[in-house]
Amino acid sequence: MALLTKKDANLILDPLADNNPITIQVLGICSALAITAELKASIVMAISVMFVLGLGNVVISLMRNIIPSKIRIIVQLVVVATLVIIVDQVLKAFAYELSKTLSVFVGLIITNCIIMGRFEAFALANGPWRSFLDGIGNSLGYGVILVIVGFFRELLGSGTLFGIPVLGNPIEKTGLYATGYENNGFMIIPPAALIVVGIIIWVQRSRNKALIEDN
Amino acid sequence: MLEHVELFFRSIFIDNMVFAVFLGMCSYLAVSKKVATAVGLGAAVIFVLAVTVPLNWLLDKYLLQDGALAWLGPEYADYNLSFLSFILFIATIATMVQLVEIVVEKFSPSLYNSLGIFLPLIAVNCAILGGSLFMQSRQIETLGLAFNYGVSSGIGWFLAILAIAAIREKIRYSNVPPPLRGLGITFIITGLMGIGFQSFGGMLTGGDDAAPPVEENTAVKTEEKKEIKKEIEEKEVSYNDVINK
Repeated sequence: MALLTKKDANLILDPLADNNPITIQVLGICSALAITAELKASIVMAISVMFVLGLGNVVISLMRNIIPSKIRIIVQLVVVATLVIIVDQVLKAFAYELSKTLSVFVGLIITNCIIMGRFEAFALANGPWRSFLDGIGNSLGYGVILVIVGFFRELLGSGTLFGIPVLGNPIEKTGLYATGYENNGFMIIPPAALIVVGIIIWVQRSRNKALIEDN
Repeated sequence: MLEHVELFFRSIFIDNMVFAVFLGMCSYLAVSKKVATAVGLGAAVIFVLAVTVPLNWLLDKYLLQDGALAWLGPEYADYNLSFLSFILFIATIATMVQLVEIVVEKFSPSLYNSLGIFLPLIAVNCAILGGSLFMQSRQIETLGLAFNYGVSSGIGWFLAILAIAAIREKIRYSNVPPPLRGLGITFIITGLMGIGFQSFGGMLTGGDDAAPPVEENTAVKTEEKKEIKKEIEEKEVSYNDVINK
C-alpha cells in the first residue's frame, strides 16, 4: 500500500508490543489502572486517549517551529487541556453514566505521561503525518493493555463482560457457578490492577529476553 | 476540629493517592530507586499540593462553580463556567510550580539544590492535578479543609514513595526471577502494599452518619489511633518478612 510505507507502519506496530507505552516505556500508568474494573470503561478511556494523543500530536507537530522552547510545556498543556475538555463535554452529553464512572480520570488525561512524553519525544521533531501515526500507535498500545486488564478484572471479579453475565448467574447457581465456582472479589479492588499489569510484564519479558532489566 | 482530623487520616491512609487511586504513578515508579531522591520528590509534592489545592479551591468557589459569579452582581448569577476547570487548574499548577521554583531559588539555595530538579517534573505529576480535581468533585467546604486535604494527600504520597524506595533498595540483593526484575516486581509489591492499605478502610466508618455525642468521640478516637499503630507495626513486620525472603 502506498499510503503506509514500511517505516510508517512500524510507527503503529512497535508500540503494540516491544515498545509498549505502559509495560516498556512506563508512561501513562496513572490513569490506566483505576478505571479498568470494567471492560466498557477501559475501552472508552482508550478511545479518549487515542483522540487526544492523535490530534494533539498533529497540532504540536504543526506548531513545532514556532513554539519557543522555554514555554513549550505550558503550550503543550494548553493544547491537551483543550482537547480533554472536548472529550469531557462529549462524554457528559452522550454517555453521562459512563462519565460518572470515569469521574476525575477524564481530566487526568491532561497529565497522562504518555501524552506529554510523545509530544516531547516525537511530535516536536517530526512532521504532522508521522506524528499522527505515532500518536495512534501509542494510544493503541495503551488501549491494548487497558483492554487486557479490564477483560480479566471484569471476568474474574464479577463474571460479566460489558455488564452481560457470561459465566452464569451467581445467585441461582447456574452455569459455571453450579460447579462451586465463586467470583473473586479481590479482582474488583484497585490493587488487583497493579498485580495484573505486573503479570503482563512478566509474561512479555519471558517471551522476549532482550527486555529484561539489570536489577 | 473533628472533621479536620477525619479528613487528615482519610486522605493519608484510606484514599491514599498511590494505593487507592493510582495518582502520580509515573514519577512514583521512575524516582523510587533511591530513598534520598524519593524523599526530595515527596517533600516537593507535599509543598506544591499544599499551595495549589487551596488556590484552586478559591478559583472553584469564586469563578467556576454554578452561580459562583454572583458576587459580581445579580446579572452574573446564572453563569456556570465549570467546563473551564481543567484548563484553569492546570494553568494554576504550572504557574505555581514555576513561581515556587523562582522563590525557593532566591531565598533558600540549599533547599533549591535538593528539590531543584524535581520541581519542573511536578507540573505534570497526576497527583497534583488529581488533588485539585478530587477537591472539586468531593465538594470540600472550607478553605481550611482544602489546605488540610492538600497537605494530607501529599503526606500520603510521600509515605508511599518512601516505602517503595526503601523496599527497592533492599530488593536489589534478592534473587528475583529475571523477567520480573525492575518494573514487574515493583508493580506487584505496590499491589501488595495497596491491599495492606485497603485494611485502613474500616478506620473511619462513622464519617457518613450523624455526629455522635462528644464523650463517645474521644473514646473512638483513641481506639482508632491504637488501631493505626497496630496496623503500622503489623505492616512493618510483614514488609520485613518480604524483604528477608
